[in-house]
Amino acid sequence: MLQPPRDPKEFLRLDRMPHIWCPGCGNGIILGAFLRAVAALELDQNNVAVVSGIGCSSRAAGYIDFHTTHTAHGRAIPFATGIKMHKPSQTVVVMTGDGDCMAIGGNHFIHAARRNIDLTVIIFNNFIYGMTSGQASPATPLNSFATTAVYGSIEPPFDICKMAQAAGATYVARGTTFHAKQLPILIADAIKNPGFSVVEVLCGCPTHFGKLNKVGSPVELLQLQRSIGVSVKDAALLTPEQLAGKFLLGELHRETRPEYVSVYSKLFERVHGV
Amino acid sequence: MKTPDILLRQILIENEGIVFQKKFLQGNEAVVEGVLAAGLSFYAGYPITPSTEIAEILSVRLPRIHGKFIQMEDEIASMGAIIGASLAGAKSMTATSGPGFSLMQELIGYAGMAQVPCLIVDVMRTGPSTGLPTASAQGDVMQAIWGTHGDHPVVVAAPSTVSEMYYLSIWCLNVAEELRIPVILLPDEIVGHSREVVSVPPLEVVRKVDRKKPSGPPEEFKPFHINGTEVGPMAQMGDQYRHNTTGLFYDDEGFPTNSPKRAQELTTYLLEKVLSRQSDLVLYDQDVDDNPELIIIAYGSVARAAEYVVSYFKEQGRFIGLFRPITLWPFPSTELGLLAPRCTRFLLAESNCGQMTDMVKAALGSAVELRCLNQSDGLPIAPSRFIETIEQWSADVKRKEAAYVATTA
Repeated sequence: MLQPPRDPKEFLRLDRMPHIWCPGCGNGIILGAFLRAVAALELDQNNVAVVSGIGCSSRAAGYIDFHTTHTAHGRAIPFATGIKMHKPSQTVVVMTGDGDCMAIGGNHFIHAARRNIDLTVIIFNNFIYGMTSGQASPATPLNSFATTAVYGSIEPPFDICKMAQAAGATYVARGTTFHAKQLPILIADAIKNPGFSVVEVLCGCPTHFGKLNKVGSPVELLQLQRSIGVSVKDAALLTPEQLAGKFLLGELHRETRPEYVSVYSKLFERVHGV
Repeated sequence: MKTPDILLRQILIENEGIVFQKKFLQGNEAVVEGVLAAGLSFYAGYPITPSTEIAEILSVRLPRIHGKFIQMEDEIASMGAIIGASLAGAKSMTATSGPGFSLMQELIGYAGMAQVPCLIVDVMRTGPSTGLPTASAQGDVMQAIWGTHGDHPVVVAAPSTVSEMYYLSIWCLNVAEELRIPVILLPDEIVGHSREVVSVPPLEVVRKVDRKKPSGPPEEFKPFHINGTEVGPMAQMGDQYRHNTTGLFYDDEGFPTNSPKRAQELTTYLLEKVLSRQSDLVLYDQDVDDNPELIIIAYGSVARAAEYVVSYFKEQGRFIGLFRPITLWPFPSTELGLLAPRCTRFLLAESNCGQMTDMVKAALGSAVELRCLNQSDGLPIAPSRFIETIEQWSADVKRKEAAYVATTA
């Protein structure tokens, strides 16, 4: 466990509370984990830019005291790309949801991963569109219920982490809001990785996903996360049959690959005076 | 066609004794020279005919001056990246054409709402849809002014010459910085791909406008405080003036609000940033004699054909006037309206099906007769079509006069 030297509460814009999230929503746990990671890494608030899209998760940016930008639906990563390129000294973190990042913003996600630009993307995966009241997302599990999948979802979901790795992300991890102590470590590692980093966090939406899928209480949703999550270490001992329907948790992938903005900086030297 | 003084005065810090360098440039090349002179530091874009040269040349030029160039995965991403870079302090732009411009609309609205300066160059080709990718048109006029949803501020300028591509690029980037709005440079393909000699001024006499920066204690900084129509200072990532930016309606500090009072106040303010400065912003050119037989209204490359038509009739001792709006928004309606008492016949020519008709009608009033010459086939409007239209109209007038004389005799 990281020992934060600063109280993460100092990074909250308390004058902007109460937040809009429902009782039992997992978003606060993820936001708390991010603030603990920032405290542990001793980042200067002036050097942190948090960029979000649209959706419940993306409201996180408004509650924290950094350079925060709440953008348009699906477009947080392009905005973040512009910020990082023009101000490479900024630590740029994207806060997004499964719908925001994997549906409307899916193309930006894979291309940023391909470039390996130094952004940290935290995906609040609640398996559903929460803000618009419970429609199916690209992360909604097969046969789960949503207001646009009342007979059960007939579409298979993305494996967000596999997708990130395949597209070129150099740090990929998955956590849950149940495994709350692990989250700041995963997020801090993601920020430290000089490249495109993805942390998918499974989190509960009792109001919509929970209600529609008969796991309505926040406690049940946390228990669900515990039961479907398997640590990478434990998973090594399980058969593919035993792993069916499970989500691997922890650091799933790490590699070293040239980072986009650093490569661009070298371009200056190559073409200078040409 | 001469670049009007009204534009040159706004760009050149001094006009006397400076030595211009003559350069033979393509329209799109001239945009690059202009934006670099104005201090561009960031470009994001996606290839599309007929704007691609702008991206290609900036990909060569920007890295040499420590600027940034990125080819994004689509036009939506390009727009997002230039807004992000601008929030981080860059002077930023993108260039595109019709289909890409359509994709950019949502985030053009974001830039207007969140008050983020940026430049969008839309080199117009024939649409709708994929249309005629290599053919010229002026079909994006309405989209440029009213394309994104909601009431929003924007400035749109249409160059007629390669020289104006250069000067208006500088002007547009300056206006974007000064008013913290998205500004759209709207050449048609003919202007984008024409090659002409441009008199390029030395860089030190080019007026560059930079957005105001905040000063004073950060805890007192109200990034979106509204004070009349004044444009507030803009913080940038990395400084100590941390704040929130959003596309939702926001309060003085940039946080979302549902207040109807604030929503109305902010909408009015965003529009008034442009409209209250209308008389300073409008650019136009006119060549109207004392007693013109008819006045042509045309912009972009169409004005070039019109210019030829004016000289053609002049040789025959007939005086045709020419009024050329350069800013399409704000539209020089007062200036055009002043011509209504001086002539009874106006001919509006556009390479579209009449997108500017209503604005022109509103400016001229009902006391004059307005006819429109429209063409949307991808070809330039030939001078012969102007001449036919004008001669036909003159014949109509003569016939009517003769009929009148006959009835009163």
